[in-house]
Amino acid sequence: MSTTDLPEHPDFLWHRPEPRRSYDVVIIGGGGHGLATAHYLVRNHGITNVAVLEKGWLAGGNMARNTTLIRSNYLWDESAAIYEHSLKLWEGLEEDLDYPILFSQRGVLNLAHTEQDVRDSVRRVEANKLNGIDAEWLGPDDVAKLCPILNVSDDIRYPVQGATYQPRAGIAKHDYVAWGFARRADQGGVDLIQDCEVLGFRTEGSRDDGTARVTGVRTSRGDIGCGQVALCAAGHTSTLLEALEVAAPLQSHPLQALVSELLEPVHPTIVMSNAVHVYVSQAHKGELVMGAGVDAYNGYGQRGAFHVIERQMAAAVELFPIFARAHLLRSWAGIVDVTPDASPIVGRTPYSNVVLNCGWGTGGFKSTPGLGWCLAHTIATGELHPYIAPFSLDRFVTGALVDEHGAAGVAH
Amino acid sequence: MQLITCPWCGPREELEFHHGGQAHVAYPPTPSELTDEQWAHYVFFRDNPKGPRAERWNHSAGCRRWFNALRDTVTYRFLAVYPVGAARPDVTEARS
Repeated sequence: MSTTDLPEHPDFLWHRPEPRRSYDVVIIGGGGHGLATAHYLVRNHGITNVAVLEKGWLAGGNMARNTTLIRSNYLWDESAAIYEHSLKLWEGLEEDLDYPILFSQRGVLNLAHTEQDVRDSVRRVEANKLNGIDAEWLGPDDVAKLCPILNVSDDIRYPVQGATYQPRAGIAKHDYVAWGFARRADQGGVDLIQDCEVLGFRTEGSRDDGTARVTGVRTSRGDIGCGQVALCAAGHTSTLLEALEVAAPLQSHPLQALVSELLEPVHPTIVMSNAVHVYVSQAHKGELVMGAGVDAYNGYGQRGAFHVIERQMAAAVELFPIFARAHLLRSWAGIVDVTPDASPIVGRTPYSNVVLNCGWGTGGFKSTPGLGWCLAHTIATGELHPYIAPFSLDRFVTGALVDEHGAAGVAH
Repeated sequence: MQLITCPWCGPREELEFHHGGQAHVAYPPTPSELTDEQWAHYVFFRDNPKGPRAERWNHSAGCRRWFNALRDTVTYRFLAVYPVGAARPDVTEARS
Protein backbone atom coordinates (compact mmCIF):
# COMPACT_ATOMS: atom_id res chain seq x y z
CA MET A 1 0.00 0.00 0.00
CA SER A 2 1.40 3.36 -0.94
CA THR A 3 0.71 6.61 0.85
CA THR A 4 -1.29 7.84 -2.15
CA ASP A 5 -4.05 5.47 -1.08
CA LEU A 6 -4.55 7.42 2.13
CA PRO A 7 -7.20 10.12 1.90
CA GLU A 8 -6.40 13.72 2.69
CA HIS A 9 -7.29 14.74 6.19
CA PRO A 10 -10.50 16.69 5.69
CA ASP A 11 -11.29 19.98 7.40
CA PHE A 12 -14.88 19.49 8.42
CA LEU A 13 -16.73 16.21 8.30
CA TRP A 14 -19.39 17.24 10.79
CA HIS A 15 -20.72 20.36 12.50
CA ARG A 16 -20.47 21.35 16.14
CA PRO A 17 -24.07 22.24 16.93
CA GLU A 18 -25.38 23.68 20.17
CA PRO A 19 -27.63 21.14 21.86
CA ARG A 20 -31.34 21.68 21.26
CA ARG A 21 -33.84 21.43 24.11
CA SER A 22 -34.96 17.96 23.20
CA TYR A 23 -34.56 15.12 20.73
CA ASP A 24 -36.55 12.03 19.79
CA VAL A 25 -33.49 9.91 20.50
CA VAL A 26 -30.51 10.77 22.69
CA ILE A 27 -27.50 8.48 22.33
CA ILE A 28 -24.99 8.71 25.19
CA GLY A 29 -21.49 7.99 23.97
CA GLY A 30 -19.95 9.30 20.75
CA GLY A 31 -17.80 6.29 20.01
CA GLY A 32 -18.20 3.74 17.26
CA HIS A 33 -21.36 2.16 18.65
CA GLY A 34 -23.12 5.47 19.29
CA LEU A 35 -22.23 6.86 15.88
CA ALA A 36 -23.19 3.65 14.08
CA THR A 37 -26.53 3.57 15.90
CA ALA A 38 -27.18 7.17 14.81
CA HIS A 39 -26.25 6.33 11.23
CA TYR A 40 -28.60 3.36 11.00
CA LEU A 41 -31.42 5.28 12.71
CA VAL A 42 -31.22 7.70 9.79
CA ARG A 43 -30.45 5.22 7.04
CA ASN A 44 -32.77 2.34 7.92
CA HIS A 45 -35.57 4.06 9.78
CA GLY A 46 -35.64 7.71 8.72
CA ILE A 47 -35.28 8.90 12.32
CA THR A 48 -33.23 12.08 12.18
CA ASN A 49 -34.14 14.04 15.32
CA VAL A 50 -31.21 12.43 17.11
CA ALA A 51 -28.37 13.67 19.31
CA VAL A 52 -25.15 11.86 20.11
CA LEU A 53 -23.66 13.15 23.38
CA GLU A 54 -19.92 12.73 23.88
CA LYS A 55 -18.16 13.85 27.06
CA GLY A 56 -14.78 14.20 25.35
CA TRP A 57 -14.09 14.40 21.65
CA LEU A 58 -15.80 12.26 19.07
CA ALA A 59 -14.49 8.70 18.94
CA GLY A 60 -11.68 9.51 21.36
CA GLY A 61 -12.26 6.64 23.78
CA ASN A 62 -11.95 2.99 22.88
CA MET A 63 -12.69 3.78 19.23
CA ALA A 64 -9.31 5.53 19.10
CA ARG A 65 -7.54 2.90 21.17
CA ASN A 66 -8.54 -0.52 19.86
CA THR A 67 -6.47 -2.82 17.67
CA THR A 68 -9.09 -2.84 14.84
CA LEU A 69 -9.46 -6.61 14.49
CA ILE A 70 -12.63 -7.69 12.72
CA ARG A 71 -13.71 -11.32 12.69
CA SER A 72 -16.78 -13.46 13.34
CA ASN A 73 -15.39 -16.89 14.25
CA TYR A 74 -17.14 -17.18 17.61
CA LEU A 75 -18.24 -20.51 19.04
CA TRP A 76 -21.83 -19.99 20.11
CA ASP A 77 -24.73 -19.43 17.72
CA GLU A 78 -25.78 -16.21 19.46
CA SER A 79 -22.36 -14.62 19.10
CA ALA A 80 -21.79 -15.97 15.61
CA ALA A 81 -25.08 -14.43 14.45
CA ILE A 82 -24.36 -10.87 15.50
CA TYR A 83 -20.64 -10.86 14.67
CA GLU A 84 -21.28 -12.39 11.24
CA HIS A 85 -24.04 -9.86 10.62
CA SER A 86 -21.50 -7.21 11.52
CA LEU A 87 -18.80 -8.68 9.28
CA LYS A 88 -21.20 -8.67 6.31
CA LEU A 89 -21.93 -5.01 6.98
CA TRP A 90 -18.18 -4.29 7.15
CA GLU A 91 -17.87 -5.83 3.68
CA GLY A 92 -20.20 -3.18 2.26
CA LEU A 93 -19.46 -0.35 4.65
CA GLU A 94 -17.21 1.70 2.41
CA GLU A 95 -19.98 2.02 -0.20
CA ASP A 96 -22.61 2.62 2.45
CA LEU A 97 -20.66 5.42 4.10
CA ASP A 98 -19.19 6.65 0.82
CA TYR A 99 -15.95 7.05 2.69
CA PRO A 100 -12.70 5.02 2.63
CA ILE A 101 -12.20 2.92 5.75
CA LEU A 102 -9.28 0.79 4.49
CA PHE A 103 -11.05 -2.46 5.32
CA SER A 104 -8.52 -5.14 4.48
CA GLN A 105 -9.67 -8.77 4.67
CA ARG A 106 -6.31 -10.34 5.32
CA GLY A 107 -7.58 -13.23 7.47
CA VAL A 108 -7.01 -14.17 11.09
CA LEU A 109 -5.09 -17.08 12.56
CA ASN A 110 -6.08 -18.12 16.08
CA LEU A 111 -3.17 -20.24 17.29
CA ALA A 112 -3.45 -23.47 19.26
CA HIS A 113 -0.55 -24.35 21.56
CA THR A 114 -1.81 -27.36 23.49
CA GLU A 115 -3.82 -30.48 22.77
CA GLN A 116 -6.81 -28.92 24.50
CA ASP A 117 -6.36 -25.78 22.37
CA VAL A 118 -6.42 -28.01 19.28
CA ARG A 119 -9.62 -29.78 20.34
CA ASP A 120 -11.34 -26.49 21.20
CA SER A 121 -10.20 -24.91 17.96
CA VAL A 122 -11.39 -27.74 15.74
CA ARG A 123 -14.72 -27.70 17.57
CA ARG A 124 -15.01 -23.95 16.95
CA VAL A 125 -14.17 -24.40 13.24
CA GLU A 126 -16.96 -26.96 12.87
CA ALA A 127 -19.40 -24.75 14.79
CA ASN A 128 -18.48 -21.82 12.53
CA LYS A 129 -19.09 -23.89 9.40
CA LEU A 130 -22.54 -24.88 10.66
CA ASN A 131 -23.30 -21.19 11.06
CA GLY A 132 -22.15 -20.41 7.52
CA ILE A 133 -18.97 -18.69 8.67
CA ASP A 134 -15.77 -19.28 6.74
CA ALA A 135 -13.37 -21.23 8.92
CA GLU A 136 -10.74 -23.89 8.52
CA TRP A 137 -8.25 -25.78 10.64
CA LEU A 138 -4.61 -25.52 9.57
CA GLY A 139 -1.63 -27.58 10.71
CA PRO A 140 1.69 -25.90 11.57
CA ASP A 141 3.04 -26.21 8.01
CA ASP A 142 0.02 -24.48 6.51
CA VAL A 143 0.20 -21.83 9.23
CA ALA A 144 3.81 -21.16 8.25
CA LYS A 145 2.84 -20.83 4.59
CA LEU A 146 0.27 -18.17 5.45
CA CYS A 147 2.51 -16.32 7.87
CA PRO A 148 6.18 -17.10 7.16
CA ILE A 149 7.51 -14.90 9.98
CA LEU A 150 5.70 -16.97 12.62
CA ASN A 151 7.93 -19.38 14.53
CA VAL A 152 6.26 -22.79 14.19
CA SER A 153 9.29 -24.79 15.30
CA ASP A 154 8.87 -27.08 18.30
CA ASP A 155 11.72 -25.63 20.35
CA ILE A 156 9.74 -22.79 21.88
CA ARG A 157 7.96 -22.81 25.23
CA TYR A 158 4.49 -23.27 23.73
CA PRO A 159 4.94 -24.64 20.19
CA VAL A 160 2.30 -23.80 17.59
CA GLN A 161 0.26 -26.95 17.03
CA GLY A 162 -1.97 -25.41 14.40
CA ALA A 163 -4.47 -22.62 14.03
CA THR A 164 -7.98 -21.80 13.00
CA TYR A 165 -8.17 -19.54 9.97
CA GLN A 166 -10.93 -17.17 8.96
CA PRO A 167 -9.99 -15.68 5.57
CA ARG A 168 -12.69 -12.97 5.62
CA ALA A 169 -11.44 -11.46 8.88
CA GLY A 170 -9.47 -8.26 8.64
CA ILE A 171 -8.58 -4.84 9.91
CA ALA A 172 -9.88 -1.34 9.17
CA LYS A 173 -8.65 2.16 9.85
CA HIS A 174 -10.53 2.88 13.07
CA ASP A 175 -10.46 6.67 12.82
CA TYR A 176 -11.80 6.63 9.26
CA VAL A 177 -14.59 4.30 10.38
CA ALA A 178 -15.60 6.76 13.09
CA TRP A 179 -15.31 9.73 10.74
CA GLY A 180 -17.31 7.94 8.06
CA PHE A 181 -20.15 7.19 10.46
CA ALA A 182 -20.02 10.68 11.97
CA ARG A 183 -20.08 12.36 8.56
CA ARG A 184 -23.02 10.28 7.38
CA ALA A 185 -24.98 10.83 10.60
CA ASP A 186 -24.28 14.57 10.44
CA GLN A 187 -25.44 14.69 6.81
CA GLY A 188 -28.61 12.92 7.87
CA GLY A 189 -29.42 15.60 10.43
CA VAL A 190 -28.02 14.06 13.61
CA ASP A 191 -26.51 16.50 16.13
CA LEU A 192 -23.08 15.31 17.25
CA ILE A 193 -22.47 17.15 20.52
CA GLN A 194 -18.97 16.97 21.97
CA ASP A 195 -17.68 18.19 25.36
CA CYS A 196 -21.06 17.20 26.74
CA GLU A 197 -20.86 14.97 29.79
CA VAL A 198 -24.00 13.30 31.10
CA LEU A 199 -24.33 14.01 34.83
CA GLY A 200 -27.70 12.48 35.58
CA PHE A 201 -31.23 11.79 34.43
CA ARG A 202 -34.73 13.19 34.91
CA THR A 203 -37.13 10.35 35.46
CA GLU A 204 -40.85 9.87 36.00
CA GLY A 205 -43.17 6.99 36.82
CA SER A 206 -42.51 3.96 38.95
CA ARG A 207 -40.31 0.94 38.32
CA ASP A 208 -42.73 -1.18 40.31
CA ASP A 209 -45.58 -0.89 37.81
CA GLY A 210 -43.40 -0.59 34.70
CA THR A 211 -44.20 3.06 34.02
CA ALA A 212 -40.69 4.37 34.71
CA ARG A 213 -39.26 6.55 31.95
CA VAL A 214 -36.36 8.92 31.48
CA THR A 215 -37.71 12.29 30.38
CA GLY A 216 -34.43 14.12 30.14
CA VAL A 217 -30.69 13.95 30.43
CA ARG A 218 -28.74 16.31 32.68
CA THR A 219 -25.51 17.28 31.00
CA SER A 220 -22.60 19.63 31.46
CA ARG A 221 -24.23 21.71 28.70
CA GLY A 222 -27.69 21.83 30.21
CA ASP A 223 -30.72 19.59 30.35
CA ILE A 224 -31.78 17.83 27.17
CA GLY A 225 -35.22 16.28 26.83
CA CYS A 226 -35.50 12.90 25.18
CA GLY A 227 -38.04 10.54 23.68
CA GLN A 228 -35.69 7.58 23.95
CA VAL A 229 -32.21 7.05 25.34
CA ALA A 230 -29.50 4.65 24.23
CA LEU A 231 -26.53 4.04 26.53
CA CYS A 232 -23.36 3.45 24.50
CA ALA A 233 -20.70 4.46 27.02
CA ALA A 234 -18.57 1.28 27.12
CA GLY A 235 -16.18 1.38 30.11
CA HIS A 236 -18.06 4.25 31.75
CA THR A 237 -21.49 2.60 31.60
CA SER A 238 -21.43 1.73 35.30
CA THR A 239 -21.39 5.40 36.33
CA LEU A 240 -24.44 6.08 34.13
CA LEU A 241 -26.26 3.04 35.47
CA GLU A 242 -25.47 4.16 39.00
CA ALA A 243 -27.28 7.42 38.30
CA LEU A 244 -30.25 5.35 37.08
CA GLU A 245 -29.98 2.98 40.04
CA VAL A 246 -29.71 -0.02 37.74
CA ALA A 247 -27.25 -2.81 38.60
CA ALA A 248 -25.31 -4.58 35.87
CA PRO A 249 -22.50 -7.12 36.29
CA LEU A 250 -19.83 -4.97 34.67
CA GLN A 251 -16.20 -4.57 35.65
CA SER A 252 -14.15 -1.84 33.99
CA HIS A 253 -10.56 -2.79 33.28
CA PRO A 254 -7.67 -1.11 31.49
CA LEU A 255 -6.83 -2.86 28.21
CA GLN A 256 -3.47 -1.94 26.78
CA ALA A 257 -2.25 -1.91 23.21
CA LEU A 258 0.89 -0.68 21.55
CA VAL A 259 2.52 -0.05 18.21
CA SER A 260 6.03 -0.40 16.88
CA GLU A 261 7.77 2.11 14.67
CA LEU A 262 6.84 1.98 10.97
CA LEU A 263 8.25 -1.09 9.27
CA GLU A 264 8.24 -2.58 5.79
CA PRO A 265 5.30 -4.95 5.22
CA VAL A 266 6.33 -8.20 6.89
CA HIS A 267 3.14 -9.50 8.43
CA PRO A 268 0.52 -10.61 5.88
CA THR A 269 -2.34 -11.56 8.18
CA ILE A 270 -3.56 -11.28 11.79
CA VAL A 271 -2.23 -13.66 14.41
CA MET A 272 -3.92 -14.14 17.76
CA SER A 273 -2.84 -16.39 20.57
CA ASN A 274 -4.98 -16.61 23.65
CA ALA A 275 -2.67 -19.08 25.35
CA VAL A 276 0.41 -16.85 25.36
CA HIS A 277 -1.63 -13.68 25.36
CA VAL A 278 -0.77 -11.62 22.35
CA TYR A 279 -2.30 -10.59 19.06
CA VAL A 280 -0.54 -8.89 16.21
CA SER A 281 -1.37 -7.29 12.91
CA GLN A 282 0.44 -4.76 10.77
CA ALA A 283 -1.34 -1.51 10.07
CA HIS A 284 -1.50 0.02 6.61
CA LYS A 285 1.17 2.58 7.48
CA GLY A 286 3.49 -0.18 8.68
CA GLU A 287 3.26 -0.22 12.49
CA LEU A 288 2.98 -3.58 14.15
CA VAL A 289 -0.18 -3.29 16.25
CA MET A 290 -0.27 -5.49 19.32
CA GLY A 291 -2.56 -6.10 22.23
CA ALA A 292 -2.92 -8.55 25.08
CA GLY A 293 -5.37 -9.32 27.83
CA VAL A 294 -6.81 -6.79 30.26
CA ASP A 295 -4.94 -5.61 33.33
CA ALA A 296 -6.14 -7.73 36.25
CA TYR A 297 -7.53 -4.99 38.46
CA ASN A 298 -10.43 -2.62 37.84
CA GLY A 299 -9.38 0.74 36.49
CA TYR A 300 -10.72 3.88 34.90
CA GLY A 301 -7.34 5.56 34.38
CA GLN A 302 -6.85 4.83 30.65
CA ARG A 303 -3.40 3.47 31.42
CA GLY A 304 -2.15 0.10 32.54
CA ALA A 305 0.77 -1.57 34.27
CA PHE A 306 4.10 -2.00 32.54
CA HIS A 307 4.58 -5.66 33.45
CA VAL A 308 1.52 -6.57 31.34
CA ILE A 309 3.21 -5.11 28.28
CA GLU A 310 6.51 -6.74 29.18
CA ARG A 311 4.93 -10.20 29.21
CA GLN A 312 3.07 -9.48 26.00
CA MET A 313 6.33 -8.51 24.30
CA ALA A 314 8.00 -11.69 25.55
CA ALA A 315 5.24 -13.73 23.93
CA ALA A 316 5.40 -11.71 20.72
CA VAL A 317 9.16 -12.11 20.34
CA GLU A 318 8.93 -15.84 21.01
CA LEU A 319 6.33 -16.25 18.27
CA PHE A 320 7.90 -13.71 15.91
CA PRO A 321 11.69 -13.75 16.35
CA ILE A 322 11.93 -11.11 13.61
CA PHE A 323 10.34 -8.58 16.00
CA ALA A 324 13.22 -8.80 18.47
CA ARG A 325 14.86 -5.60 17.26
CA ALA A 326 11.74 -3.59 16.53
CA HIS A 327 11.19 -0.59 18.76
CA LEU A 328 8.05 0.10 20.67
CA LEU A 329 6.77 3.49 19.56
CA ARG A 330 3.96 4.07 22.02
CA SER A 331 1.49 2.27 24.23
CA TRP A 332 -1.83 3.28 25.69
CA ALA A 333 -4.92 1.84 27.34
CA GLY A 334 -8.66 2.03 26.94
CA ILE A 335 -11.28 1.22 29.54
CA VAL A 336 -13.22 -1.89 28.65
CA ASP A 337 -16.33 -3.15 30.45
CA VAL A 338 -16.10 -6.87 31.02
CA THR A 339 -19.00 -9.18 31.88
CA PRO A 340 -18.98 -12.55 33.70
CA ASP A 341 -19.61 -14.54 30.49
CA ALA A 342 -17.49 -12.34 28.17
CA SER A 343 -20.56 -11.49 26.11
CA PRO A 344 -22.15 -8.07 25.76
CA ILE A 345 -25.23 -6.81 27.58
CA VAL A 346 -27.70 -5.27 25.15
CA GLY A 347 -31.41 -4.71 25.58
CA ARG A 348 -34.01 -3.30 27.86
CA THR A 349 -33.71 -1.61 31.25
CA PRO A 350 -36.27 -0.97 34.00
CA TYR A 351 -36.98 2.31 32.15
CA SER A 352 -39.28 1.69 29.20
CA ASN A 353 -37.55 4.21 26.92
CA VAL A 354 -33.91 3.41 27.76
CA VAL A 355 -31.94 0.75 25.87
CA LEU A 356 -28.66 -0.52 27.23
CA ASN A 357 -25.60 -1.38 25.17
CA CYS A 358 -22.46 -2.31 27.09
CA GLY A 359 -20.23 -5.15 28.18
CA TRP A 360 -18.50 -5.63 24.83
CA GLY A 361 -15.32 -5.88 26.81
CA THR A 362 -12.31 -6.25 24.58
CA GLY A 363 -14.27 -6.92 21.37
CA GLY A 364 -16.48 -3.94 20.64
CA PHE A 365 -14.84 -2.53 17.53
CA LYS A 366 -15.66 -5.46 15.24
CA SER A 367 -19.30 -5.29 16.23
CA THR A 368 -19.65 -1.58 15.44
CA PRO A 369 -21.86 -1.75 12.32
CA GLY A 370 -23.74 -4.88 13.43
CA LEU A 371 -24.60 -3.49 16.84
CA GLY A 372 -25.53 -0.10 15.40
CA TRP A 373 -27.90 -1.79 12.97
CA CYS A 374 -29.60 -3.90 15.66
CA LEU A 375 -29.79 -1.13 18.27
CA ALA A 376 -31.29 1.28 15.74
CA HIS A 377 -33.88 -1.38 14.87
CA THR A 378 -34.72 -1.82 18.56
CA ILE A 379 -35.08 1.93 19.13
CA ALA A 380 -37.13 2.49 15.98
CA THR A 381 -39.52 -0.46 16.22
CA GLY A 382 -39.68 -1.05 19.97
CA GLU A 383 -38.89 -4.72 19.31
CA LEU A 384 -35.56 -6.26 20.31
CA HIS A 385 -33.67 -7.20 17.17
CA PRO A 386 -33.31 -11.02 17.17
CA TYR A 387 -29.52 -10.77 17.03
CA ILE A 388 -29.32 -8.84 20.32
CA ALA A 389 -32.20 -10.56 22.12
CA PRO A 390 -29.95 -13.30 23.64
CA PHE A 391 -27.76 -10.67 25.30
CA SER A 392 -30.28 -9.20 27.72
CA LEU A 393 -29.37 -8.23 31.28
CA ASP A 394 -31.74 -10.83 32.76
CA ARG A 395 -29.66 -13.73 31.44
CA PHE A 396 -27.64 -13.52 34.65
CA VAL A 397 -30.84 -14.35 36.55
CA THR A 398 -32.21 -16.97 34.14
CA GLY A 399 -28.81 -18.58 33.67
CA ALA A 400 -28.97 -18.39 29.87
CA LEU A 401 -25.37 -17.20 29.63
CA VAL A 402 -23.51 -16.93 26.32
CA ASP A 403 -20.21 -18.18 27.63
CA GLU A 404 -17.57 -17.04 25.18
CA HIS A 405 -14.67 -17.23 27.65
CA GLY A 406 -13.48 -20.56 26.38
CA ALA A 407 -14.34 -19.85 22.79
CA ALA A 408 -13.02 -16.39 22.23
CA GLY A 409 -10.57 -16.38 25.08
CA VAL A 410 -9.58 -13.19 26.75
CA ALA A 411 -8.22 -11.61 23.62
CA HIS A 412 -10.68 -10.34 21.09
CA MET B 1 5.26 -0.83 38.28
CA GLN B 2 4.02 0.23 41.66
CA LEU B 3 4.77 -1.08 45.11
CA ILE B 4 2.00 -2.65 47.13
CA THR B 5 2.37 -2.83 50.90
CA CYS B 6 1.65 -6.32 52.14
CA PRO B 7 0.52 -6.05 55.79
CA TRP B 8 2.94 -8.85 56.70
CA CYS B 9 5.86 -8.46 54.27
CA GLY B 10 5.98 -4.72 53.65
CA PRO B 11 6.29 -3.02 50.27
CA ARG B 12 6.75 -5.41 47.34
CA GLU B 13 6.40 -5.16 43.58
CA GLU B 14 2.90 -5.30 42.11
CA LEU B 15 3.91 -8.43 40.17
CA GLU B 16 3.90 -10.48 43.37
CA PHE B 17 0.23 -9.83 44.03
CA HIS B 18 -3.03 -11.23 42.77
CA HIS B 19 -6.17 -9.12 42.58
CA GLY B 20 -9.12 -10.93 44.14
CA GLY B 21 -12.06 -8.69 43.31
CA GLN B 22 -14.47 -6.79 45.52
CA ALA B 23 -14.07 -7.15 49.29
CA HIS B 24 -16.80 -7.52 51.91
CA VAL B 25 -19.04 -9.79 49.79
CA ALA B 26 -20.47 -12.10 52.43
CA TYR B 27 -21.92 -15.53 51.71
CA PRO B 28 -25.71 -15.31 52.07
CA PRO B 29 -26.71 -16.21 55.64
CA THR B 30 -29.83 -18.05 54.50
CA PRO B 31 -28.98 -19.37 51.04
CA SER B 32 -32.03 -21.62 50.73
CA GLU B 33 -34.33 -18.62 50.96
CA LEU B 34 -32.74 -16.65 48.12
CA THR B 35 -34.66 -15.90 44.93
CA ASP B 36 -32.99 -16.44 41.55
CA GLU B 37 -32.46 -12.72 41.32
CA GLN B 38 -30.75 -12.57 44.70
CA TRP B 39 -28.51 -15.49 43.74
CA ALA B 40 -27.61 -13.77 40.50
CA HIS B 41 -26.58 -10.69 42.44
CA TYR B 42 -24.49 -12.71 44.86
CA VAL B 43 -22.75 -14.70 42.11
CA PHE B 44 -22.32 -12.21 39.28
CA PHE B 45 -22.88 -8.62 40.38
CA ARG B 46 -19.99 -6.65 41.83
CA ASP B 47 -19.57 -2.94 42.33
CA ASN B 48 -17.57 -1.02 39.73
CA PRO B 49 -16.95 2.44 41.18
CA LYS B 50 -14.87 5.17 39.64
CA GLY B 51 -12.81 6.11 42.70
CA PRO B 52 -12.02 4.33 46.00
CA ARG B 53 -12.91 0.64 46.04
CA ALA B 54 -12.47 -2.00 48.74
CA GLU B 55 -10.79 -5.07 47.24
CA ARG B 56 -9.29 -8.40 48.20
CA TRP B 57 -5.64 -8.92 47.36
CA ASN B 58 -3.39 -11.93 47.77
CA HIS B 59 0.38 -11.78 48.15
CA SER B 60 0.55 -14.81 45.88
CA ALA B 61 4.31 -14.79 45.18
CA GLY B 62 5.20 -13.95 48.78
CA CYS B 63 3.54 -14.97 52.03
CA ARG B 64 0.44 -16.13 50.09
CA ARG B 65 -1.86 -14.48 52.58
CA TRP B 66 -5.00 -12.54 51.77
CA PHE B 67 -5.65 -8.99 52.85
CA ASN B 68 -8.00 -6.18 51.96
CA ALA B 69 -7.05 -2.91 50.34
CA LEU B 70 -8.74 0.35 49.56
CA ARG B 71 -7.59 1.40 46.11
CA ASP B 72 -8.54 4.31 43.86
CA THR B 73 -9.62 2.94 40.46
CA VAL B 74 -8.74 6.20 38.68
CA THR B 75 -5.23 6.84 40.05
CA TYR B 76 -4.64 3.13 40.89
CA ARG B 77 -3.08 4.28 44.19
CA PHE B 78 -3.53 2.16 47.29
CA LEU B 79 -5.16 4.30 49.96
CA ALA B 80 -5.01 1.73 52.76
CA VAL B 81 -4.38 -1.96 53.43
CA TYR B 82 -6.17 -3.75 56.25
CA PRO B 83 -6.82 -7.29 57.52
CA VAL B 84 -9.59 -9.49 56.22
CA GLY B 85 -12.53 -9.18 58.58
CA ALA B 86 -11.79 -5.59 59.58
CA ALA B 87 -14.14 -2.79 58.59
CA ARG B 88 -13.44 -0.69 55.53
CA PRO B 89 -11.22 2.22 56.63
CA ASP B 90 -12.54 5.72 56.21
CA VAL B 91 -9.88 6.99 53.79
CA THR B 92 -10.51 8.88 50.59
CA GLU B 93 -7.01 10.10 49.71
CA ALA B 94 -3.53 8.63 49.76
CA ARG B 95 -1.61 9.53 52.88
CA SER B 96 1.86 10.06 51.41
